[in-house]
Amino acid sequence: MDFDLSESEKAFRDEVRAWLKANAPLEDGSTDMKEFIDTRRAWQKKLYEAGYVGITWPKEYGGRGGGFMDQLIFNDEMITAHAPDPINVIGLGMGGPVVIAHGTDEQKKRYLAPLLSAAEIWCQGFSEPNAGSDLSGLQTRAEDKGDHYVVNGQKVWTTLAHVAKWCMLLVRERKEANPREGLTYLLVDMESPGIEVRPLVQITGDAEFNEIFFKDVMVPKSQILGEAGGGWAVAMTTLLHERGTLGLALATRAQITASELAERARKLGRGSDRLVRQKIAQHTIEARALQLNGYRAVTAAKRSGIPGPEGSILKLMWSELNQRMTETAMDIGGPGSQVGDGDGWKYQFLRSRANTIEAGTSEVLRNILAERVLGLPRSR
Amino acid sequence: MDFAFSEEQEMLRRSARGFLAKECGPKVVRRVMESADGYDAALWKKISDLGWTALGIPEEYGGVGTFLDLIVVLEEAGRALLPGPFFSTMGLAVPVLIEAGTEAQKKDALGAIASGSAKATLAFTEPSGRWDADSIALGAHKKGGGWQLDGVKLFVPEADVADYTVVVARSRGTGEEGITLFLVRGKPKGMTVKPLETLDMTRRWSEVRFDGVELDGDAVMGTADKAWPQLKRGLEWATAALCAEMVGGIQKVLETSTDYAKTRHQFGKPIGIYQAVSHKLADMLVLSESGRSATYYAAWAVDADAPDRSLASSMAKAYVSDAYRKVAGDGIQVHGGIGFTWEHDMHLYFKRAKSSEVTLGDATYHRELVAQALDL
Repeated sequence: MDFDLSESEKAFRDEVRAWLKANAPLEDGSTDMKEFIDTRRAWQKKLYEAGYVGITWPKEYGGRGGGFMDQLIFNDEMITAHAPDPINVIGLGMGGPVVIAHGTDEQKKRYLAPLLSAAEIWCQGFSEPNAGSDLSGLQTRAEDKGDHYVVNGQKVWTTLAHVAKWCMLLVRERKEANPREGLTYLLVDMESPGIEVRPLVQITGDAEFNEIFFKDVMVPKSQILGEAGGGWAVAMTTLLHERGTLGLALATRAQITASELAERARKLGRGSDRLVRQKIAQHTIEARALQLNGYRAVTAAKRSGIPGPEGSILKLMWSELNQRMTETAMDIGGPGSQVGDGDGWKYQFLRSRANTIEAGTSEVLRNILAERVLGLPRSR
Repeated sequence: MDFAFSEEQEMLRRSARGFLAKECGPKVVRRVMESADGYDAALWKKISDLGWTALGIPEEYGGVGTFLDLIVVLEEAGRALLPGPFFSTMGLAVPVLIEAGTEAQKKDALGAIASGSAKATLAFTEPSGRWDADSIALGAHKKGGGWQLDGVKLFVPEADVADYTVVVARSRGTGEEGITLFLVRGKPKGMTVKPLETLDMTRRWSEVRFDGVELDGDAVMGTADKAWPQLKRGLEWATAALCAEMVGGIQKVLETSTDYAKTRHQFGKPIGIYQAVSHKLADMLVLSESGRSATYYAAWAVDADAPDRSLASSMAKAYVSDAYRKVAGDGIQVHGGIGFTWEHDMHLYFKRAKSSEVTLGDATYHRELVAQALDL
């Protein structure tokens, strides 16, 4: 057991730190969506050119060929520097890894480089109005027309759909007794005729995500990822990466939020209140435990090669802790927290309600822990 | 960075688990906890023959292995609810001896402990039950060339069978100033030990009275009046050690409860299929894994003398104190009625969780220390 970074890890950390100091833009407060997207796209391109995008991806596809530890060091430095995320979060966390796992050589050559450079943005079309946690109930249809499919249906909660070039679309090709069979995983060009994207306004007032409507959309069969009818397995790989990558990205985030919360308490003069002290200390301890769980997951992943279901612990812990922290931040500010931008916490407080729903609800994650880690019988 | 035990340490874990399953099963635990002094000399002999009483003690005093090796064994001891003075000796007394003992004291006491011929404890708490420096009131006064102790220590673990007692006393002043440590051999005249009837029968807490106990000058550990910094460091080692024991207990409760949820049927199905039960177990898993991470890090930080060793041990103790109590309580709930019986072992863990919670400071105390570290 050794928590000190190795010489090469230290060198990488110092290099990233210096680079971010010289290059990271200040977190932009822009409310103009187009401007926001353009800035983030340019930022990712800059990161890519410096070799900091796709850190764990193989070199032959434009990645850095590094390990999970490098990714963790990079994530930590990004968060500590308050550097903005690259634009292509969905593509980097899920799209790329799933193409690497299931794509043909041709597909890998076609999609990975522009994904890394943010020349092409990706979105994920899994959830539907009637298929949320139970993905196997999805109804978007793909009709086989020989060399292509015709897709009809609706997807929802789709982050970045309004600017995406590619959509990881899970569709039903055939009805089977087992609803997990007969699904096909397509990479759909969002510029295809028949696709309509409508923004969805959230409880924060922002429109981070969208509905997508597919009306007689033609998708060539070259766009199948994996096997036709074998989409479920590809989807599961996608979600495994989603939670694994997300878990690592979240490991240090809660620490930063906790320290901002402590700063808020000091600024508002609430630090002498015994209950406030206890609460903030508890949040800080849980944030640290979460981070250490992340470090242990990295050590485990280094041995097994992929993030395990334990990654679900990180997402579950972070989402619930983040809600508690934003609640405490609101509480210690009193009514003032609810006025104007509430020192920035008002948005965080509202946004955090989605944390326990997006990328696997807390209920689904507890099922995963119960069934795949503890080996309890499946409830469904 | 590498956040895992070495292959040798995992081998040590396997052999410790095997040994305890064979030599310290539930029947043995119950026999020892119901015995007069809560101590089994034959079991102690076997443990010391395995070298467990030498773990983490420096080689020059007859020790072997590292503190992290001891952590591995303590985790297994906690899993098996090993009764007797193993924790009080290796977890409480040895760290303070290493930090504060004089060369002669270390040669004598650490040597005797490492060889298995002596057991020890730390007498810190008084009737207030607190673990801060301010709470120390037991008086130490110079008398002739030596010292005289007057006062009472309470909740002292395994004091009746301890051959050495490290006594925390107040020689002057208040707070951290004026704390003096003494190494007391055996039970000198005026020192009386009265075992208490306590919740956790696998631990023996005693009242230890000092009525005009006279000690030679060489009983002082380190420098008189100035012992707090070394004692505090010793407590940080001790805290990580206790957390390791607690993590072992948490893991055992989780495994036992998970197994039960797989086999116990109601409404025609194993109860673990119901999400009210399985989600409770998932939450227990989160507490178990997080407590483990916080504890392993604290153990490493203390051992590596990292700048955050104090903070790390407080974070671990705060987290694990709450986690063990919650997991043990939920373990009873998952078991239903059978979990509430004397016959089932679940209550032994529930009680151990509660006694460990208040030992070396509870979660509230350690959260306050964390708040101080955050400059709140």
